[in-house]
Amino acid sequence: MKFGVVVFPGSNCDRDIAYVTQELLQQPTRLVWHEETDLQDLDVVIIPGGFSYGDYLRCGALARFSPVMQAVVDHAAAGKKVFGVCNGFQVLTESGLLPGALVRNRDLHFVCDRPQLTVERTDLSWTQNYQTGEVITLPIAHGEGCYYADPQTLASLEANHQVLFRYHGENPNGSLNAIAGICNPEGNVLGMMPHPERAADPVLGLTDGIRLFKGLLD
Amino acid sequence: MTLEYLEYTAQIYVTLRPSVLDPAGVAVQSGIKHLGYENIEQVRIGKYIQLNLKAANEEEANQQLHQVCDRLLANPVIENYRFELTLQTILQEVML
Repeated sequence: MKFGVVVFPGSNCDRDIAYVTQELLQQPTRLVWHEETDLQDLDVVIIPGGFSYGDYLRCGALARFSPVMQAVVDHAAAGKKVFGVCNGFQVLTESGLLPGALVRNRDLHFVCDRPQLTVERTDLSWTQNYQTGEVITLPIAHGEGCYYADPQTLASLEANHQVLFRYHGENPNGSLNAIAGICNPEGNVLGMMPHPERAADPVLGLTDGIRLFKGLLD
Repeated sequence: MTLEYLEYTAQIYVTLRPSVLDPAGVAVQSGIKHLGYENIEQVRIGKYIQLNLKAANEEEANQQLHQVCDRLLANPVIENYRFELTLQTILQEVML
């Protein structure tokens, strides 16, 4: 399984993800500069967290128009996997690969925490190593992580079981329906605000995230 | 041959759609209240963008601006926009 991690000016979780796929999982991995346009050698494209283009205008808005994003859209259209974490999730909603938008946290604070999440669905490779309804802990660190969608979009997300992760207990950012991560209807594009790559190496104290990456290898 | 262009200044206002909560607006409203103004409410914070553009006529300028706003300056999922166009100058370019 070959992984590519997109690097925009301002990305800052790219190496954390590459460390997980390359060092912990021993999978071929390369960093993909935002000006690249050929991703055909990759199986999984990951858009990491950070502050692409300084979060200017809106989080993810300018990254959407970088050369690599058309290739990411084509990669997703071919049914291959695309995974956006944190700022990567924002880029995927701005690109229209996932519905809705991520807006300023309800309480205005930048939240840096370790919330609990419920795994809502486990029939996709992303979550196949979890139990349905299992409560896991993953770190979050964001100022604009409040998931918003109009009532119709929200209803269709729920009806199609596109919510993979939901905050359990306290909702840290005011996300509608406590949404922490969603996929597209086909299930090959996933976006989430929590950082599974920061919960992969036991030395960091949390390990619930590694199972997500391991699920992609089967 | 002489080509004539019109140069416009556009003043663009991007605002959160009414259905989207604006926590920054709520915080500012609370600040205003602390100043002693009890009669101010419904504070909403948006963005102001100004740019110049050249176009053959006002219709073309309008059309282009709508495209730029729809595609980049505003996110239609959460934001509305409106703009005002002001004619600045008429430019003439001599084509050789």
